[in-house]
Amino acid sequence: MSRFLSISILLLFVLYVSSESAGEEEFTEELLFRPLPDRKVLSHFHFESRAPPTNSYGHHHRLFPKAIYQLVHKYRIKQMELSFTQGRWNYDSWGGFDPIASSNAKPPGVELWAVFDVPPDQVDASWKNLTHTLSGLFCASINFLESSTAYSAPDWSFRSLSGNLRYGSLPREAVCTENLTPWLKLLPCRDKSGLSSLMNRPSIYSGFYHSQRLHLTSDEFDPVALNGIVLEQTLTIVLQPDSLETHPSFSGSRKLQPSWSMSSLFGKTVDGKCALAKSSNVYVQLEGSLVYNMKNTWNSIDSYEGDSNFGFTVSPDRMMKEINSVDKEGYSIIYGFSINNDHSSKPFDLGFWWKLPVTWSCVKAPLRVSRFLMGSGNEKGAIALSLQSTEWSQSLLKADNDGEKCNLRVDVFQLVPWYIKVYYHTTKIYVDGASQSLGDIIEKMSVSPSEDKVSPGVMEMILRLPCDMKSASLTLEFDKGFLHIDEYPPDANQGFDIPSAIISYPDFQTRLQYKLDTTSIKSPMVSKMQERRTILSYTEVLLVPLTTPDFSMPYNVITITCTVFALYFGSLLNALRRRVGEEERLRKSKDKSTGKLRLLLSKLSAKLRGKPWEPPSSTPPSSSSKFISTKVVIKIILIAAIAFGWQYYDG
Amino acid sequence: MATTPEKDEEKPKHRPIIRIGIFIIAHSLSVSVVCCTAGVLALLLFPVIAKKTYVSENALLPDSANPMISDKDVSRANIFVNELTSLKLKSQNTVIEIPRLIALHMANLRGEVSYHKFQTQSNKFHPLRFFTSPNAEADNLTTTCESYATNTIGIVRAQHGDGKEAIVLVTPYNSVNLTQNEALSLGIAYSAFSLLAQVNWLAKDIIWIAADSRYGEYNSVAAWLREYHTPSSNGLHESIETEVYDTFRRAGTMAAALVIKVANRGEEGEKDALNIYAEASNGQMPNLDLINIVSYMAVHGEGLSVHVEKLVSLLDSRCLKFIGHVFERIGNVVRKLNPQWKFGIPVKDYVEGGATLVSSLYHQALGVPTGSHGAFRDYQIDAITIEITTNRSSTNKGGQDELLLQGGRLIETVLRSINNLLEKFHQSFFLYLLTSSNKFISVGVYMIAFLLLVAPLPVLAAALFSDAGKSIHKSEKNSKPFKSWRWLHPTKTICLIHLWGAIVSLLPYFIYQIPDSQPTYRLFIWAFLSLFILTVLGSLLGARSTQWAVLKSVTVSTAFIGLCLMSVINFATAEIGALLLVPLCLMIKPWRLAGKAHSALNLVLVALGFPGAVFLVVKSAFGFQNGSSLVEFWYWMESLWAWNSATYIYIGMVHLPCWVLCIYILLHPC
Repeated sequence: MSRFLSISILLLFVLYVSSESAGEEEFTEELLFRPLPDRKVLSHFHFESRAPPTNSYGHHHRLFPKAIYQLVHKYRIKQMELSFTQGRWNYDSWGGFDPIASSNAKPPGVELWAVFDVPPDQVDASWKNLTHTLSGLFCASINFLESSTAYSAPDWSFRSLSGNLRYGSLPREAVCTENLTPWLKLLPCRDKSGLSSLMNRPSIYSGFYHSQRLHLTSDEFDPVALNGIVLEQTLTIVLQPDSLETHPSFSGSRKLQPSWSMSSLFGKTVDGKCALAKSSNVYVQLEGSLVYNMKNTWNSIDSYEGDSNFGFTVSPDRMMKEINSVDKEGYSIIYGFSINNDHSSKPFDLGFWWKLPVTWSCVKAPLRVSRFLMGSGNEKGAIALSLQSTEWSQSLLKADNDGEKCNLRVDVFQLVPWYIKVYYHTTKIYVDGASQSLGDIIEKMSVSPSEDKVSPGVMEMILRLPCDMKSASLTLEFDKGFLHIDEYPPDANQGFDIPSAIISYPDFQTRLQYKLDTTSIKSPMVSKMQERRTILSYTEVLLVPLTTPDFSMPYNVITITCTVFALYFGSLLNALRRRVGEEERLRKSKDKSTGKLRLLLSKLSAKLRGKPWEPPSSTPPSSSSKFISTKVVIKIILIAAIAFGWQYYDG
Repeated sequence: MATTPEKDEEKPKHRPIIRIGIFIIAHSLSVSVVCCTAGVLALLLFPVIAKKTYVSENALLPDSANPMISDKDVSRANIFVNELTSLKLKSQNTVIEIPRLIALHMANLRGEVSYHKFQTQSNKFHPLRFFTSPNAEADNLTTTCESYATNTIGIVRAQHGDGKEAIVLVTPYNSVNLTQNEALSLGIAYSAFSLLAQVNWLAKDIIWIAADSRYGEYNSVAAWLREYHTPSSNGLHESIETEVYDTFRRAGTMAAALVIKVANRGEEGEKDALNIYAEASNGQMPNLDLINIVSYMAVHGEGLSVHVEKLVSLLDSRCLKFIGHVFERIGNVVRKLNPQWKFGIPVKDYVEGGATLVSSLYHQALGVPTGSHGAFRDYQIDAITIEITTNRSSTNKGGQDELLLQGGRLIETVLRSINNLLEKFHQSFFLYLLTSSNKFISVGVYMIAFLLLVAPLPVLAAALFSDAGKSIHKSEKNSKPFKSWRWLHPTKTICLIHLWGAIVSLLPYFIYQIPDSQPTYRLFIWAFLSLFILTVLGSLLGARSTQWAVLKSVTVSTAFIGLCLMSVINFATAEIGALLLVPLCLMIKPWRLAGKAHSALNLVLVALGFPGAVFLVVKSAFGFQNGSSLVEFWYWMESLWAWNSATYIYIGMVHLPCWVLCIYILLHPC
């Protein structure tokens, strides 16, 4: 019996191991809510599909979207990320340090980067094909990234993955449901059931920030494929729970944060999990500083019940606490709720309410970055990148105060279209208002100047800024170029965009490590949060007004050119054809002939009048100065007067 | 040259275009008279032929939406205004308290609030800084003991926008002595801001600047704009309030700016009106569409009557009325001839249009902005000042509510319209003159009048030159090799005089280095030095007599070139300059040669041609007499150079040299 048991256990174990190693297709759906300090709520949907390696699993899939599988295989993609974003991530109040902000705060419009597993000379071709495929797949004009003026190959500043990486962004791309629908099609349950059924279009598009992201990792082409293809689809939305009607009183900021529920945020509830999903979880994350600020009213942290500051309508299934928090003061907490399929009783509608007012602030990125334009006019200008210290970098200063000169490493990656002709030699750096020599601050810099109509200008830079600085700024001067008339986009008079610069802080790794309690199950989202990643932040998109022609100009140009041509050729032909001498002769002979006639006539008249004939005074001398004789003038005036009188008395 | 006399007699027949030229030059006198009369007549006709304005850019969609501003916004604004006025009574330290109160209210509306502290920057004369872009003057502010003024800036971020563009609202107020009108203008901006903070249709961020105009309205806005376009070097502004950001906040490229003001009007019984001020430095105007949209919204949405600034003293001018009558009469006749022809306007309209046109020309010619909107134009941002004049008593609460609602609605609809336009203003005119808020004369029309006025100058120059050539030809037939060089000496004279003009216009820079001097004293030094340099240059020139006709010919052509150049830079200056300079240049003749009446006329013209004389005549004619006229004149010149007005350059380098040359010709000992 014991033998049988041991055999069976062994068998089970083998089965389990084999199933683990060979892998099954997996799909998980997760949703994270996080209250934000400015009375808004962050909702972060995370869907993950995994396809096992082809060499062990084969080509056919039950769950994994075929379109993505084919895409990966056709263009041999190692890693790819595509994001569609509307609105701006507010780095000041929504944070910039935690994993979600760092990986889901994206620049407005479309951003695409991909790493290919092909020889270097084929990367560009693969990229071009990929943009076209994605353009068709997501109903967006990603194909504009095909042109070599729109993308670049950053060497080292953007994701230390070098070599076969290509990066491009389209700041002006509008994001709408037509981009969301194809994205939802990649999910096994679409938005028919499961968490994605919450995506009520009017409510998710009326938020303050909307970013839909698709991240792809594959090791299909590695010699030893372990993971296969991992497709990670996230949708990050910032919503305002209450309508602004309940206006903050003027008394002060101590006001109860708004309560919310799934149905109040989205106008929908979850009927049950997607049947094909391995797990379906909803999480509520409370930030470290929020937990810290609540501590004084909150005695037993381990249970939220009782005297805590807030409450849920559904009791959480599990709780995870952050360990090794970077923020010494507080640690963040995640409450987990599982959605089960026994939904026959009632739909899942998670609600969250506050009992006491609380204020907190998010952990900001080490520096507050903003980018703006300097100068005016249509000729030249300057880009300025201003970096300001936040309380985080100030705390860093206190921590590292060990006598050594403390430095803060900042990587800057900036792509500038070719018609903005940046003069990289004019780079100037000011720290706390004082001009600094470039060598002191810039550790490494690589620049590839733009080439007209061929490639954009790319600047990659590593700055070492002193920790005790308050503000630093970097300025680059540029000249505005001229475009050919057919290169202007339809809305040229708005101006032209300079895509966001990417600022990263390799010294800092954002990571939330959670102590997983016994009841927790494996969650891809939480494990994503636990990964070490560099903090990234994006600057604003800039709008540069360029000189635009009057677009009715071609017509004017055609007319004026024709006039000039007519004048030129007319006078040229005239000059060539005319013979002055000949004409003189002709005129003289004519004069003579008329002279003879006139002579005759005058003689005749003299005879008739009986007066002695005298030669007529030579041809009227005033012919050149008097074009119009008085008679003609009088006649014209007379006719005009008659017409006038007729009009006046008749009409 | 072996030409026989017979062949010389018989001139070769020229081509028509040359014959026309010769004809015109031969009849230079009649051409001059006809062209000048036509030019002046065209100028007088402007109010008659002005076209109606129209919203040219379709994307502005002026009627697309109803105003959404609610009573709640207005009542909140009312509370805000009352708090401001009570603060003025209660608190001693309004300089700090008012910005704080505004910041608190902005923050409560969920705006991003920040302070901008600045010091006044004294306007100094920088001789080589005309026409340079404002950011080129990155002055190093020397910190003085002067206290800071504080602008309060609130930004509403467009919910779905990408933050590339922004619209600016400016409400100037004096933090030392806040008037009720300033409080009301802040209230109007507040009511609009309160609505805009809640709407989700914004595509552009909204920046509201409560500008502390303690050191002048223009200075506060200019200081903010300068800061906006330079990396903030003065670090963080320490602030006590938690809701105020401690760094300078920015929001994209500015698309348009509105400066909001409220004024009281004495007269009772008239309905509320809106005054629009648009002239920026050097006669630059915002795009006509911006004015159109504001006046359209005010007239059609709010039922306000819209005015553009006019010269009130001209409204009773008999001369203008007479001309108006004549045009009206002609118009009636024309209408009888053909009802289709629309010509002529009522006398009242003509007089009003004329007064507006004169004011428009004057402000453009002066080159000094008529308000803080001028600071925006320096950065190529279209901006206007709108001033709501009301005679509602401020104590009447209902009246105040209504004003806040009306103003707020106007701002909202205008901003909504500009927000619709995802382009910079480019569809309509930038070069125009206004004869009323809904009538304009475009560049294509007013240039004709100007060109008619200056057209006689080259004709006269050519005529004089050829006449002089003939007389020389007759008198000194044997000195033929030097025939073509006879313009050399006059040109030297003219170059020297123009050099003198340049030196004279640079002199104030040096005079300013003399500490503690009275304006009269400075003016005296200026005049003395100018005369001294003139005599030095005159002695350099030597007493070689030249032919006055050639000298006049060259003078006239330089005047022509100067006027044409100026018409490109600032049309209004060129037009007024041409009105003064062209008759002078045409009529001037040495007094020994001219008849008595002619000399007298010349004297009058010369007296009128002097810039100072013009100033005094205008002053006395319109009766702005305060203080000594010499002091006034000095301040006037000072304001011209302080504002980098191109008119100053014109006066110094075109008008004054031409005037001196005219005197030289008048006194020429033939």
